[in-house]
Amino acid sequence: MSALTQLPAATAEKPQRQGRRFTAYLLLLPGGLWLLLFFVVPIVTLLAASLYDPDGSIEAGFSMTWSFHNYVDALADYARPFGRSLWYALLTTAFCLLLGYPLAYAIAFKAGRWKNFLLALVIAPFFTSFLIRTLSWKLLLSDNGFVVDALKAVRILGSDGRLLATTAAVVTGLTYNFLPFMILPLYASLEKIDHRLIEAGGDLFAGPVTTFRTVTLPLSMPGVVAGTLLTFIPAAGDYINAQLLGTPRQRMIGNDIQRLFAAGAYPTAAALSVTLMAAIVVLVLFYVRRAGTEDLV
Amino acid sequence: MTRPSLTGLGRWIGRHLILFLGLLVLLYLFAPIFVVILMSFNAPKSKLSYTFDGFTWDNWQHPCRPSGLCDAVGVSLQIGLASTVVATGLGTLMAFAMVRRRFRGRSGTNLFIFLPMASPEIVLGSSLLALFVSAGFGGRLGFWTILIAHVMFCLSFVVVTVKARLTGMDSRLEQAAMDLYANEWQTFWRITFPLVFPGILAAALLSFSLSFDDFIITNLNAGTTVTFPMFVWGSAQRDIPPQINVIGTAMFLLSLVLVLGGELARRRRNARAR
Repeated sequence: MSALTQLPAATAEKPQRQGRRFTAYLLLLPGGLWLLLFFVVPIVTLLAASLYDPDGSIEAGFSMTWSFHNYVDALADYARPFGRSLWYALLTTAFCLLLGYPLAYAIAFKAGRWKNFLLALVIAPFFTSFLIRTLSWKLLLSDNGFVVDALKAVRILGSDGRLLATTAAVVTGLTYNFLPFMILPLYASLEKIDHRLIEAGGDLFAGPVTTFRTVTLPLSMPGVVAGTLLTFIPAAGDYINAQLLGTPRQRMIGNDIQRLFAAGAYPTAAALSVTLMAAIVVLVLFYVRRAGTEDLV
Repeated sequence: MTRPSLTGLGRWIGRHLILFLGLLVLLYLFAPIFVVILMSFNAPKSKLSYTFDGFTWDNWQHPCRPSGLCDAVGVSLQIGLASTVVATGLGTLMAFAMVRRRFRGRSGTNLFIFLPMASPEIVLGSSLLALFVSAGFGGRLGFWTILIAHVMFCLSFVVVTVKARLTGMDSRLEQAAMDLYANEWQTFWRITFPLVFPGILAAALLSFSLSFDDFIITNLNAGTTVTFPMFVWGSAQRDIPPQINVIGTAMFLLSLVLVLGGELARRRRNARAR
C-alpha cells in the first residue's frame, strides 16, 4: 500500500531529461493501450449499454434507443438504495477520519523508532482476504458475541438490541475495510510537517487544541482530502459489507447493479452504474473545489 | 491527588492519550484477524456454525478437504502471478516515461493513469462486462477476461508506486555514472535499476495482493471460473468451512514474514551504511 502513502506527494516531480519525446511515447504505449482498450472503451460501452432497449437479451441482442428513459426508470426504482449508498459512504468517511486521524498522528509524531513497525501493522491485516475479515465481523457482531454483551452491559444497546443485520453493522464493516485508505495518506502528509512549526505554536502561547486547529490540521489537509476521496469512492460502490453484515433493508446500489448484471438486465444495470459514477464525479469535483486542494494527481 | 487509586497504566494513558487512542484503533484493525486465527482451529459442531465449538489441528492438516477450495486458491495464484508480471512490466515502463521524460500531454496522461484508481470497482467491473458482452465474449468469460481486468486495475497502482520511488531518487548518481564514461545502458543496469528495484518489488507485491483479493470486478467477469474470493463468497451463502480461515491465517503469516523480513533487511542495510 505504499502507493497510497505516496499519493499526495507525487506532484512535485520535475522531468529531469528533456527531449527524446519519442522514447516517452514508446514507453507509454503498451500500458496506455491496455488502459485505453480495457478502461476507456469499456466506459464508453457502458454508456452505450445504458441507452439500449431494456427489452433485449444477450441471445437476441439489444437495440439502441438513444433515449434516456433507462435512467428515468432506474432512478424511479432505485432511488432509495442509491441515496443509502451515498449516505453510508459519507458516514464511513466520517468515521474513518475520526478513527484514522489519531492513529496516523500517533504514528507520525509519537511512535519514535516504532514508526515503521506500526505502519507495517496498519497494512498487515490487509493481506488476509478482505472477504474473510468481513465474515469475521459477522461473528464479532453476532447476537451473543462479546461486543453486543459489552454494549448491553454499559446500556448503549438495549437488552433486546442487536448489531448484526443493522445499519451499524454495515457501517462498521465499511469503516473497517476502508480505514487503511484513510490512515496512509493522512500519515504521509502528517509525517512531512516540520515539527518546529508545531513547537512554534506552543511558543506563541497557543494551547494544544489551538495549535492543532491552526497549524497541524491545515498542514495535513492534502492527506485529509486524499484520504476522504480514497474512502468515499470505493465505499459508495461497495456491496460486500451490505450483503454480509446487513439485510435487504440495508442494501446498497452495488447490490442492485451486481444483481441486475447477473440477471442479464444490462441496460438498467448500466444506467445505474453510469449514474453512480456521475454522482461520484460531481460530488468529488465539488468537494475538491471546496477543500481547495487541486494538486491531487 | 483527589484520586489516589490512579494506577500507572491510567497515568500513562493520561500522558499519552493520542498514542493510546491510536493503539485502540489498531486493535480495531486487528480484531477480525484474531477471529480468523482462532476460527482456523475450530471444530464446528454443525455445517452452519459461527461459534467456536472446540479446538482441533485437523483443519491445518487437511486444508484442501472442502471440495473446490484448493482449486480456487490455485486459480487465484495463477491469475495473481500472471497479472503481477504483466502489470508490473507495463507499469514500470510508464513510470519511467512519466518521471524521466518530458513530453506533450504529460499531466493529461497523469490524470488518465489515476482515473482507474478513483473509480468504484462496481463501475470498472460492469463496464468491462458490458465490453465483453457487446464484443461477443459473453459466453467465454473466465481466466483470460479476469486476467485482463486485473492487469487493468493493477497498472495504475504500479505506476504510482514506481513513480514515487523514481521521484525520490537522486538523479545526480546517474549523471555521475555518465560523467565516468558509463554509456546509457550501463548506467541503467548498474545504477538506475538497482536503485528503483525496491519500488518495483513493492509494486509487484501490491499488484499480487490486489489481484489475489479482488472480488467485485472478478465476480462480474469470471463466468464459471472460481477464484479464492469467489469461493469464500459462495460458501458465505451456505456454510463456512474452517479451512477458509486456515488459508486466511496462512496469508496473514506469510505477509507478516515478508514485511518483517523487509524491515530487518532495511535495518541491516542502514546499519552497514553507517
